[in-house]
Amino acid sequence: MPKLTMVEAINLALHQEMAKDDRLIVLGEDVGIDGGVFRVTDNLLAKFGADRVVDTPLAEAGIIGMAVGMALVGLRPIAEMQFCGFSYYIIPQLEEHASRFRSRTHGQRTCPLVIRIPYGGGVRALEHHSESREAMFALIPGVKVAIPSGPRTARALLLGAIRDPDPVIFMEPKVSYRAFREEVPENEELIELGTAQLVSEGSDLTIISWGSMLPRSRKAVEAVQKRRGCSVDLIDLLSIKPMDTEMITRSIKKTGRCLIVQESQLSFSVGSELIARIHDHAFYFLEAPIRRISGYDVVTPYFGREQLYIPSQSRIERGLEELLDQPL
Amino acid sequence: MPLRDLVTFSIQELSVLDQTGTVDPTLEPQIGRKGLLKLYRAMCLARQADDRRLKLQRQGRIGTFPPTTGQEAAVCGPVFAMSPEDWYAIAFRDLGGQLLRGQSLVQDLLYYGGYEEGNVDVSSYLRNLPTAIPIASQCLHAVGIGYAIKYRKIHHKAVVCCFGDGATSEGAFHEALNFAGVWQLPIVFVCQNNQWAISTPLAKQTRSETIAQKAIAYGIHGIRADGNDVLAMVQVTRNALDRAYAGQGPTLVEALTYRLRMHSTADDPTKYRSEDEVHEWEKRDPIARYRTYLQNKGVLTDEIEQRLVDDIQLEIDSAVKQFESIRDFKADAPFDHIYGQRYPEIEAQREEFLKNLAMEKADAKVDHG
Repeated sequence: MPKLTMVEAINLALHQEMAKDDRLIVLGEDVGIDGGVFRVTDNLLAKFGADRVVDTPLAEAGIIGMAVGMALVGLRPIAEMQFCGFSYYIIPQLEEHASRFRSRTHGQRTCPLVIRIPYGGGVRALEHHSESREAMFALIPGVKVAIPSGPRTARALLLGAIRDPDPVIFMEPKVSYRAFREEVPENEELIELGTAQLVSEGSDLTIISWGSMLPRSRKAVEAVQKRRGCSVDLIDLLSIKPMDTEMITRSIKKTGRCLIVQESQLSFSVGSELIARIHDHAFYFLEAPIRRISGYDVVTPYFGREQLYIPSQSRIERGLEELLDQPL
Repeated sequence: MPLRDLVTFSIQELSVLDQTGTVDPTLEPQIGRKGLLKLYRAMCLARQADDRRLKLQRQGRIGTFPPTTGQEAAVCGPVFAMSPEDWYAIAFRDLGGQLLRGQSLVQDLLYYGGYEEGNVDVSSYLRNLPTAIPIASQCLHAVGIGYAIKYRKIHHKAVVCCFGDGATSEGAFHEALNFAGVWQLPIVFVCQNNQWAISTPLAKQTRSETIAQKAIAYGIHGIRADGNDVLAMVQVTRNALDRAYAGQGPTLVEALTYRLRMHSTADDPTKYRSEDEVHEWEKRDPIARYRTYLQNKGVLTDEIEQRLVDDIQLEIDSAVKQFESIRDFKADAPFDHIYGQRYPEIEAQREEFLKNLAMEKADAKVDHG
């Protein structure tokens, strides 16, 4: 199996899917000759031509409104936003139309489209290039939100998003774009939305994480395991919405302790929703209050300070140990 | 380097039928007798249905709706010029056009009666988008559809996209015109300039002398028509569609018209505009002048008129009756259509909803003995 970066893995998924299905159109700012600002769409233009790899004028709302129209008549648009911070212009089209056509027409018209959005901090970028706003998108009924954690899940989850019948926000942790390589099988691998993955199995505690925080959660688990020989269920959430509540519940019932690790703000976050669900489904199995290692409720700071604010491996390790040590 | 004129432009306006119903024979579009009457019927049906809808709304039998009275030519003319193969993307003041496109009055009553069922396209060609309430948002959908038509290399197919003058202040309108211009998409943008966006007059909406000239900025064709002259509306749309079919790109058509009633049944227009202004525009009624034209042409006799009036009355009565007889709306339908697949988190909520509903029904029975 070849070892790929996340950028290469997403690129592979796009190449393979576009070759199979001429309804797929990639569109966005600089996705053509430039291959996208992160080169995720590299070489697609050469392979599939300018009709299918569309450099659009600079208007995010326009791109998504156009994608809605394309999806309504049977195309399968895959739109790219350059950064999460510029994607707020698309909220009206998402809330007013992409999310609603199915229910508005009782299923007669649907909006299967994918919106790829690089998100999160850690790359020393300018203002508006470092937010983690998955909860904002997840708030909209009718929209789905998926976040891969590494090259292999990125490829498989993107396939799941492309073949999904509904609008999917596909958020890519840009700090992981080229940070590490993973073996990605040449043959098709697909993760359906709504399914999480158990990365490691244990009995003392459950960690739920996703996207940029998954790799460092894994490292934290390994470090703590080495020090004190505990065993941990590490869940890679992958699909923020719909959420694999079943896997989460099963794990908490087994371990009784839960640590949530997220990059986004603390309040009104995916972590908040996870706590509510665990409360609904596994409250009597809890042996300690659920802990969150999270970003703070502040405006994402400029990159000079960003590493102070993004949950670090040592912060996760401390949270993990404190939770393990908490008496029943 | 001297200061010189780099680009100059002008905007044309088309008028075929004047206020008195006198036609300019050199500009008269070719329409057969049957077509002329079909158009007349659609305009009259929209007007009569508006009267009935207003009564139904005042009686609480339907909800708030935006009346279309006064704009029948601007709404129906473009649709009459369309082929069934074309796509129709509307805002919300397009009743006559929707009916011409094969939608039924029952659908309209269902929609304004509060049920999504009204949005299901019942026409045989299935190329009508449902009512779009967020202003100008549908202009971008037209771009996506136009792109798809071009991508699939389908000839003789285009999109007609309608919106009001207020929409021309929205970003979506400008982005749509810009995108459509860049790719030369087969789209006819029809602005029904009724001169009022609720209480905001056109002069406070834009400093432009015409809306048609906004096309110039995007390098696309722009033209104004007398929007109360249905023949002019048919002709400009035909020309614009021909350009679209021929791969000559989009057109912005400004239809200068007037909303004779309130924006929606929730506002009182006497608060923001003078009665004199309304009376002035009543004199330019699109139906009256078209009726005169048809009479002069010998197409519309008293006998045909009477038959048409009776027929329309019957259609409206029967639509209202049918609408009010439909009462088996599936309570949990919103849970059916939120996603393409079923998910446990949604199904659990459906179950709870149905349980609550059953308990409330049981309670109501107890309360009323």
